[in-house]
Amino acid sequence: MNFSIYDFTGFVSSVDLWLRSNFPPLVADLTGFVIIAICFLTFVTLLGLSLVYIERKVCAFFQQRLGPMRVGFWGTAQTIADIIKLIFKEPLITKNSDKFLFNLAAFIVIVAPIMAIAAVPFAKGLHVLDFDIGLFFITAISSIGVTGILLAGWSSNNKYSLIGAMRSGAQIVSYELSVVLSLLTIIVLTGSLQLSVIIESQRDGWWIFKGNIPAVIAFFIFIIASTAESNRGPFDMAEAESELTAGFHTEYSGIKFAFFFLAEYINLFIIAAVGATVFFGGWMPLHIGNFEFFNNVMDFIPPIVWFFGKISMLIFLIMWFKWTFPRLRIDQLLTLEWKYLLPINLINLLLMSLVALNGWHF
Amino acid sequence: MTIPDYKNDLTIIDESKPETQEYFINMGPQHPSTHGVLRLLLTLDGENLKKVEPHLGFIHRSIEKMCEKDSYQQIVHLTDRMDYLSCHINNEAVCLCVEAGLQMEVPERVKVIRTIVDELNRLSSHQLWWGVMGMDLGAITTFLYGFRDRELITDIFEETCGARLTMNYNVPGGLMFDIHPNFQKRTKDFITYFRKKLPEYDDLLSNNIIFTERTKGIGYLSKEDAISFGVTGPTGRASGFACDVRKRFPYSAYDRVDFKEIIYTEGDCFARYKARIDEMWESMKIIEQLIDNIPEGEYKEKTKAVIKLPEGEYYQRVETARGELGVYIVSDNKKSPYRVKFRSPGFSNLSALDTMARGNKIADLVATMSTLDLVIPDIDR
Repeated sequence: MNFSIYDFTGFVSSVDLWLRSNFPPLVADLTGFVIIAICFLTFVTLLGLSLVYIERKVCAFFQQRLGPMRVGFWGTAQTIADIIKLIFKEPLITKNSDKFLFNLAAFIVIVAPIMAIAAVPFAKGLHVLDFDIGLFFITAISSIGVTGILLAGWSSNNKYSLIGAMRSGAQIVSYELSVVLSLLTIIVLTGSLQLSVIIESQRDGWWIFKGNIPAVIAFFIFIIASTAESNRGPFDMAEAESELTAGFHTEYSGIKFAFFFLAEYINLFIIAAVGATVFFGGWMPLHIGNFEFFNNVMDFIPPIVWFFGKISMLIFLIMWFKWTFPRLRIDQLLTLEWKYLLPINLINLLLMSLVALNGWHF
Repeated sequence: MTIPDYKNDLTIIDESKPETQEYFINMGPQHPSTHGVLRLLLTLDGENLKKVEPHLGFIHRSIEKMCEKDSYQQIVHLTDRMDYLSCHINNEAVCLCVEAGLQMEVPERVKVIRTIVDELNRLSSHQLWWGVMGMDLGAITTFLYGFRDRELITDIFEETCGARLTMNYNVPGGLMFDIHPNFQKRTKDFITYFRKKLPEYDDLLSNNIIFTERTKGIGYLSKEDAISFGVTGPTGRASGFACDVRKRFPYSAYDRVDFKEIIYTEGDCFARYKARIDEMWESMKIIEQLIDNIPEGEYKEKTKAVIKLPEGEYYQRVETARGELGVYIVSDNKKSPYRVKFRSPGFSNLSALDTMARGNKIADLVATMSTLDLVIPDIDR
C-alpha cells in the first residue's frame, strides 16, 4: 500500500492488485464494484448532509441570523436529525395519482446525479470513470433528472405540481444548450472531452486565465446557465414557493421528498465540479507558466484540497445568487436564454475558434 | 360562475381545432403569498390569468356586530385586530370619532404624540411590507432585513404601552399613559439609524434589474379605475389619485407638519412600490418635525366612566398604512353604539385585483397582490 495524498494512482492500483491476487477475476471485479459503490453512496450522503447544513448557515449569515444552533455544536447535527425525521415520516401518495410514476420519479431524480458523480475527477488517480467522452457523459446523464421532475409533476395529480414541472421542463431543456455550448468553448482549446486530459492541459495555468476573453465570457454564461439548470434561485421557477407552494414536489413527503432535496444538492456539487474542472483546472494546483518556484509551492498543497477548495468557492457563489436576487418570471427566463445567452454563446464559440486557430491564447 | 363541464360536454373540446383549455386553481385559503386566509379562484389559460375571483370570509369575526354590545372604550380594543399592522391608527380613528361626537377638544400634547406614533406605525407597516414584497418575488433575504429594522420600532412601542403588535395606546379623550422618558431619544436614534438603512432597501430591491423587470408595467391600474373601485392609500396614489386623508382632511397634528403627498401616475407595481418607499421618507420627515416639539400638558382629557354619544351619526376617516379607514357610528344615546361600520382600505383595494391582474401571469399576480399590501383580517373584519 503506497498511499500518498498527492497521487492516488499507486494506492488505487495496489488495492486492485491485492483484490486480483487474492480472488478469482469475477469476484475481484464484483468486490471492486461494491467497494466503489459503498464509497460513493457514503460520499453522496455526507455531501448532501453537509451541503444542506452549509446552505442553511450561509443563508443565515446573509440574512443576519444564526441558522441552526440547537442540535450539536453550532447545529452541526441538525441535518442528521432532519434526515432521521424524514425517514420515519409517512410517505403519502395522493388519491388518483399515478402511483408507479409517482414513485419512479423520485428515483430517477436521485439516480441521475449519482451516476454523473462517477465521472468527476476528485484528485490525481481518484477517478472512477475516465473515458474519452467524460464531459459529454456528465452533461448527458445529469440532464436525465428533468425526466424525473416532469414525471413528478405529471403523476402528482396536482395543478401546482404540473405548472412547476412544465416550467422546469422548458427551463432545463433551454439552459442545457447554454451549458453545453459554454463548455464546448473550452473544449475547442483542449481538443478532448476526456476529463483527465482537460485537467492535464491546464498544467501551466487554468483555462479561465489562459483562454483569453472568450473563456471569461464562457465562464459567466456557464455559471448563469448552470444555476438555471439546477433549478436554484433566482431561477427556481419549478419550486417558486411564493407562487406554486412547492412546485413539482408539493405532494412528496418523507424520504421521497428527501430524494428531491438531496438531488438538488448533488446537482449543485456536479455543476461546481464541472465548472472547476473545465475552467479552474480541477485538482490541478495554480501554476503560472514556467515560474518553477511558485509552481512548486503550489504543488505542496494536495490536489484534493485544491479540488474541494475550488468547488466550495463555486458553490458559495451559487448560494450567494440564491440569497440575493429575486426570482425571474418564466417568460423573462426563456427570453434571457434564447435572445441573449444563446446568441452570445454562439458568437463566443466562434471567437474562441479564432483564438485557438491563431494561437492567441496563452 | 358556471364551470364548463369538460368531462361530459364533448362540444367544448374540438379535436380538429387545437385550442388551449382553461382550468381553475384555488390559490389559498392556505397559500404562502396570500398572506393569510384569502382564497383566490384563478381561471388560467396555461400560465396566463383570465380571471381572478377573491373569496372572502375565512377570518370574519363579526367585529362590527361585537361593537354593538360594547362600550365606546371597549370598541377601541377591537379595532387593532382588524389591520394589525396599523393598529394605532385604527384605534385613533375610533377615538377621533367618539371625541367628535362628544365635541371634546383633546390636548395639543395628545395630538402630537398620536401623530408621531401614527407615523412610527406606518413606518413599521411599510418595513414589513417591503420585506414581504421581496419574499413574494423570491428574495427571502429582504424579509429578514425588513424585520430587523421593524424590531426597533416595536421596541419603542413596547416601552411606550407594553404591546408590540396590537397596541392599545389610544383611549377616547387622549392616551392611556404618558410617553416613556426614553421615547423621544429612542425615536430620534431610530430615525438616524433608518435614514442610513433605507438606501440599503433601494440597493437590494429597487435598483435590481430582475426586480424592476418583474414590477414595471405589471398590474396596471388606471386613475379612473382606482377612483371607481375606491382604491386608496399608496395603491391609489400610485395611480395618480390624490387621496391622502392626512392632506385632504387633516386630523390630529397633520395640519401643522410639512410633508409631501406622494403621487405617481404610472399605476403599475413599481409605482406602488416606489410610493411606499417614498412614504417612508415622508414619515421620517413628519416625526423629525414633531419629536422635539411635543407640547407640555395633560396626556388625557377627563371623560365620564360611561360614554354616551348624543343621538346621531358620526363619521371619521384616517389614513392607515393601507389607505383610508372610515369609522361610521350610529348612536341612539346609549352606552354602546346602535350600529358601527368600518370602511376598511384592504377590502376596496382587493376589489381592484381582478382588473389589475387579468392578462398577466401567475407570477405577476403574486407581485400585484404584494404591492396591494393586503392584511386579510382588515378585509374580513
